[in-house]
Amino acid sequence: MNRQDLQKIVINTLKSIAPEIEESELMPDQLLRDQVDLDSMDWLNFLIGLHERLKVDIPEADYAKLVTMEKLLNYLSGKIDGTGS
Amino acid sequence: MINFTLPSLGADMDEGKLVEWKIKPGDSVKRGQIVAVIETSKAAIEIEIWNDGTVHELMVQPGQTVPVGAVLATLLAPGEKAETAKPAPEVPAEAATMPMPPAAKPSIVPAAASAGRLRVSPAARRRAEEVGVSLEMLVGSGPDGAVTLEDVERAVAGKEKPSQAVPAGHQTEMRKAIAAAMSRSKREIPHYYLSESVPMQKAQQWLAAANEQRVIQDRLLMAVLQLKAVALAARKFPDMSGSFSNGEFMPSSAVHVGVAISLRQGGLIAPAIHDVADKTLDDLMRDLTDLVKRTRAGSLRSSEITDPTITVTNLGEQGVETVYGVIYPPQVALVGFGRITDRPWAENGIISAMPVTTASLAADHRVSDGHRGGLFLAAIRDLLQRPEEW
Repeated sequence: MNRQDLQKIVINTLKSIAPEIEESELMPDQLLRDQVDLDSMDWLNFLIGLHERLKVDIPEADYAKLVTMEKLLNYLSGKIDGTGS
Repeated sequence: MINFTLPSLGADMDEGKLVEWKIKPGDSVKRGQIVAVIETSKAAIEIEIWNDGTVHELMVQPGQTVPVGAVLATLLAPGEKAETAKPAPEVPAEAATMPMPPAAKPSIVPAAASAGRLRVSPAARRRAEEVGVSLEMLVGSGPDGAVTLEDVERAVAGKEKPSQAVPAGHQTEMRKAIAAAMSRSKREIPHYYLSESVPMQKAQQWLAAANEQRVIQDRLLMAVLQLKAVALAARKFPDMSGSFSNGEFMPSSAVHVGVAISLRQGGLIAPAIHDVADKTLDDLMRDLTDLVKRTRAGSLRSSEITDPTITVTNLGEQGVETVYGVIYPPQVALVGFGRITDRPWAENGIISAMPVTTASLAADHRVSDGHRGGLFLAAIRDLLQRPEEW
């Protein structure tokens, strides 16, 4: 999966939680939860959505690595490559 | 004969429109059963009945708007026969003709607001899904712009050109509802406020260990531990959980915790999770997930809106350190949790960095004093130090 496809899945998952977001306004290097106003329930549902769509495990201990869109995409690409899919 | 009347689902609600009956004459009904869907200015609410019995007559037809207290249906009490029962009174133009016994009547809580992203009746939502009509494209003709079944049917028939819904009206109504409830609170309730620093290291460690074993769908949130801690403490402090009305406080043996849920487009509502003290953390997590989902979709049940006995708010999610809460009448207490941050913490003569939250209490001086409130907060703090024992 290339980066654009992955980003599309991430954005679509995010929109299922927060339909009002504008993709063009998301800063890749700024804190995602500040930009999108996700509470911990939204955040968990977002990660569950990613888990279901991408079949990757996201341990809670890794949450701190996922704070910006850029870091999230890096993490997910690594996971997808690592599992060989 | 028992009159089933339209309950008030908020301090400012004076009428409601019947959308759908889920019962018909001759049906047996049980206390707590969902029997009808009512549209208010803020949302479509599933209405539960508060008596066992047999449905005798439906007095109001779908589509009719009636005042709070109007008789919606008559019931035969268990064992009662239609021939011998006193005939049901005419549908009154004003207020309840025969008030239900106090124990059976749901208490009145200003349901601050319950609109989700769109106000849509359940029947309309189902129909729209069946026929693939986008609800966002409809202009609702129901109370305050709620999308009704008729609106969907009109769109299907193509008689009405879809245009943009007008969410601004929803926001105004929600703000009015919150203002009404909070003004009443500030006018009537002599609040006092206390706060307590609560070390969260043990709860965080317990939670991290518990979640490590769980697949992501089963993971718990800290909010669930906080809800349970408040409910367990409230069970020991009955003067914090109950309702104050007509100059009298009625403690509640069951602790139904209202959870303040903010809506993405503004506003909030605090519907209840029932019997929180008796539930496992897994059950509470499921209930909370379900409640947040349904609150934001605008499909709550009447009991969830009317019977919280204490409210918990978790504004720490948005980053604040301390919450100074406003009590939801007729409740008598609200517990707030601030952000969990690392702070210098002195214990046994050693200073270390400790994750700490500020738990705050707004409580009603007509019912309790600061001394009791302080003990209540201390109980919450102590419970959060040993979640493994719950």
